[in-house]
Amino acid sequence: MRQVIQVTSNNRLFGILVPIISVLLGLIAGAIIMMISGHNPIEGYVALWNGAFYDAFTIGETVRRITPLILTGLAIAFAFRTGLFNIGAEGQVIVGWLAAVWVGIAIDAPMIIHLPLAILAGALAGGLWGFIPGLLKAKIGVHEVIVTIMMNYIAMYVSNQIVRSVLTDHSTSTEHIASTASLGSEWLQALTFYSRMHYGILIALFVAVLMWFIIDRTTIGYELKSVGFNKHASKYAGMNVSKNIILSMVISGAFAGLAGAMEGLGTYGNVSVISGFTNLGFDGIAVALLGANNPLGVILAAILFGVLKEGAGEMPSAGVPTELVDIIIALIIFFVASSYIIRWALLRFKKEGK
Amino acid sequence: MKKLSFLLVLILGLGLLLAACGGGDDNENESGNENNGDDATNEETADFKVGMVTDIGGVDDKSFNQSAWEGLTAFGEQNNLSEGEGFHYLQSNAREDYIPNLNRMVRDGFNLIYGIGFELKEDLTTVAGQNSDVHFGIVDDVIDAPNVASITFKEHQGSFLVGVAAALKTKTNKLGFVGGVDSPLINKFEAGFIAGAKSVNPDIEVDVQYAESFADAAKGKLIAANMYDNGIDVIYHASGATGNGVFNQAKDIKQNDPEREIWVIGVDRDQHEEGQVGDQNVTLTSMIKRVDVAVQEVATMALNGEFPGGELLEFGIEEEGIAFATTNADAMTEEIVNTVNEWQDKILNGDVTVPSTHDELEEFEAGL
Repeated sequence: MRQVIQVTSNNRLFGILVPIISVLLGLIAGAIIMMISGHNPIEGYVALWNGAFYDAFTIGETVRRITPLILTGLAIAFAFRTGLFNIGAEGQVIVGWLAAVWVGIAIDAPMIIHLPLAILAGALAGGLWGFIPGLLKAKIGVHEVIVTIMMNYIAMYVSNQIVRSVLTDHSTSTEHIASTASLGSEWLQALTFYSRMHYGILIALFVAVLMWFIIDRTTIGYELKSVGFNKHASKYAGMNVSKNIILSMVISGAFAGLAGAMEGLGTYGNVSVISGFTNLGFDGIAVALLGANNPLGVILAAILFGVLKEGAGEMPSAGVPTELVDIIIALIIFFVASSYIIRWALLRFKKEGK
Repeated sequence: MKKLSFLLVLILGLGLLLAACGGGDDNENESGNENNGDDATNEETADFKVGMVTDIGGVDDKSFNQSAWEGLTAFGEQNNLSEGEGFHYLQSNAREDYIPNLNRMVRDGFNLIYGIGFELKEDLTTVAGQNSDVHFGIVDDVIDAPNVASITFKEHQGSFLVGVAAALKTKTNKLGFVGGVDSPLINKFEAGFIAGAKSVNPDIEVDVQYAESFADAAKGKLIAANMYDNGIDVIYHASGATGNGVFNQAKDIKQNDPEREIWVIGVDRDQHEEGQVGDQNVTLTSMIKRVDVAVQEVATMALNGEFPGGELLEFGIEEEGIAFATTNADAMTEEIVNTVNEWQDKILNGDVTVPSTHDELEEFEAGL
């Protein structure tokens, strides 16, 4: 404990500690709620743990659930770095999913061409879905939040219509992708007792490294961050602000599109008519917030969220009703969000103090 | 250097969190005997265990998940099974929960596992293929596997009957149909309803709208508002929780103008309660789908060692799996009920073949 106090004296370390504390607060608040409603919180959390790590199968499923969360988290974090709030990750996931599966079904090619092509199609579709709000923001100043929210609905309904009338003859899900476009692996499945774990996790981790490289090691990344800090100063310094806004949205959209491709090529192997959002994009916002928009932070936050969501399914076995599971997850998200506010308030306070 | 130390703290912190959870794990292994049923599937247990996995509607959807659970509960009580052990449900919050939930039930040694709703078709096919020694049941779709029993309903027959009732009740000769997601299943409801209405009066117009969701009550309300504004006076909904919006809109109109005659036709269960406004009720009738009867029947078969694996069980009027409600006696007058019963007899003795797809409906209409 003494150590904790010592490190909190360091301002930047404190910024990293806040998310961890907020997660712990969320778990404690969840325990209190379980206690009040007459359930044993230890049993509840043990069930949560078992739900995520009980055997090879659940571990495989947990990894599978983490994969797209990393990518949507990175997508939102990337746009945040340029001061853009990409709520459209949800829609970008849907179009990425559709495009990847479409290529997976329609094209006949050896795996070495087919799989990269399908993944690329997902990224391109997501990128296109990010390009439109980016263009509108850069050229005529339409707020990206509004445009991206609308684009989510467009993506969902267009995708449903394409599944129904182009890819199938009025059916609710398409046929399976060719095995040459599949990210699934019999080896991984055999290892994890038929879970749907697939190689997408490697792609997600690679993209995290890619994001770190772009942001921290290239001129493009420097410009993107600069625009995020101060548009006017960046313009004065001779940077092309419009280009950077569009580029940031395109890359962010491509990351989210990849998340959709992971679901399409890895988890499901097809695309279905959906009656509601996948929530991957929205969960990505919370992941990015908790991960402080940092690639490594995003990976850790995605792991946490994936574990919570996968483990939650087991909690009813400890007598904790499913509704309570949702409340606990919401509480953690609440504390994550308030940690953002706390950090912001603290920074303000510090600045004024000086 | 500073950066490196953040990471260290971050990883340490996470490790602490995980270690804390892990510590609890050890204590629990002694008392948590439920979770140790990993190999229970391989053991022949004397007692029968039956479970169901809901779709994203949830077990309290006032529709077919709830109905299926009522069937399982009745089955459990009949056979002195205890809830949680002998019969159990797992709720799915998203599509991705289906596979883990199904596998959880396999792991916990359930003998018969139901997937409720066509959304589970693919995942259930996968899990059934991997566990050929466990019996599965799917409601509302067909899976061709030796250890899966498929349960479907002739919803078009029931929809035909409520279509007849709607045609007899309407004064404007305009009817509305609100569907959930545009899919072969909901098209069955649509085709049956239109065929029923047009059999009574070929001049009746039916406005068909799909909400593209089974859970969007706001959208249902909006569609219903438009329909009632355009002079439609009876709306049949086949849209799960979206239909709650249709009921709300009808009740709002009725509250402001008690004289206006507008009706809603419910689906899956008798939705009489949903339509109550003061001492009036906007629910004309409901197309009842006895998921509970079907679930109970298949479970009984499995218990007696006669599980209908690989078979398709279609429940229609004849099998008492489909019916229409007559709870609202003020609206469903004896005259209407008698006429609907006449049509029901015609379906039963084969005089009328009710269409179940758009193509069949076209043929049917051409033959009128």
